[in-house]
Amino acid sequence: MASHVTTDAHEHAHPTAGLYFKVGLVLFVLTALEVGLYEITYGERAGSLAPTLKPFFVPLLLLLSAAKFALVAMFYMHLKQDSKLFTGVFVFPLIIAAFIIVALMVLQAYHFAFARSG
Amino acid sequence: MTAHAHAAHLETSTGLDNRKVAIWTFIGSECMFFATLISNYLVHKGKSLVGPFPHESWTSPTGQHFEPIFEIPLVTLGTALLLFSSLFVVLALSGAQRGNRKALIGWLGATIACGIFFAGMQVYEFTHFVHRGLGFTTNLFGSSFYTLTGFHGTHVAIGVLWLSTLWVDALRGKLPPQKSLNLEMAALYWHFVDVVWIIIFPVVYLIK
Repeated sequence: MASHVTTDAHEHAHPTAGLYFKVGLVLFVLTALEVGLYEITYGERAGSLAPTLKPFFVPLLLLLSAAKFALVAMFYMHLKQDSKLFTGVFVFPLIIAAFIIVALMVLQAYHFAFARSG
Repeated sequence: MTAHAHAAHLETSTGLDNRKVAIWTFIGSECMFFATLISNYLVHKGKSLVGPFPHESWTSPTGQHFEPIFEIPLVTLGTALLLFSSLFVVLALSGAQRGNRKALIGWLGATIACGIFFAGMQVYEFTHFVHRGLGFTTNLFGSSFYTLTGFHGTHVAIGVLWLSTLWVDALRGKLPPQKSLNLEMAALYWHFVDVVWIIIFPVVYLIK
């Protein structure tokens, strides 16, 4: 068993504090957009725009969430700089997880739409 | 980009530190864990036969009136603080890697404070919901909501405890740059808890 030590050749320098703050600001703005979108579509500030926004509400929220998720994973979890193995170890189960969620929702929708009616 | 000190580790076939591979593998398994809980919430969404409901008011057959359960402003504040805590913990890690003890202790303390606020917010929220008539077995919404957010809250509490032990180490001068991987592993776990909430917040609280 090797007993000598080595430094990690696959890891790279992490971003600067300035970049961390910029990403933090973008995350804050995206969260404000999410809540703002909710307020003008379904909240107390819902007005004449609400009927137009309703069909786009869920896709827009999912898009904003995906953007926030990607920013945290890439910059704060350092997947952008670190070894691609870590990206694989994280993204592969993430794809399976997304598949499980979608599959169960489709199965449940099918059950309620057809199976129960006989 | 700034160069920083990486802790030396035993030689591995991948050239990567086993501990870091281990925490990423654990995070991968956690993705599957939360996928089951989110699926459980989504397939039961809107299927409750009795209230109280998340977004609509409800009157029971006995005439008891229940207001919508969710309070978006409070959860938004908790969400913002959890996002900020992710920023604070990377700044603490940066401080640890550069040997800047003052930055390490300060930013890590801020991270822990945000985590404690978030956990406290959830305890307040759960207590408030129970007082408003939503118990764990009241309806499908209550069961799936408490299971999903409860498990997430437990992860937050574990993260706060983990980070607190490292903060004590930092205060005692036992977290030098060579040991910064200890904080990096906790930070990766903390970011994962944050990204899970990034999904839970719109799916549970905002999408009707």
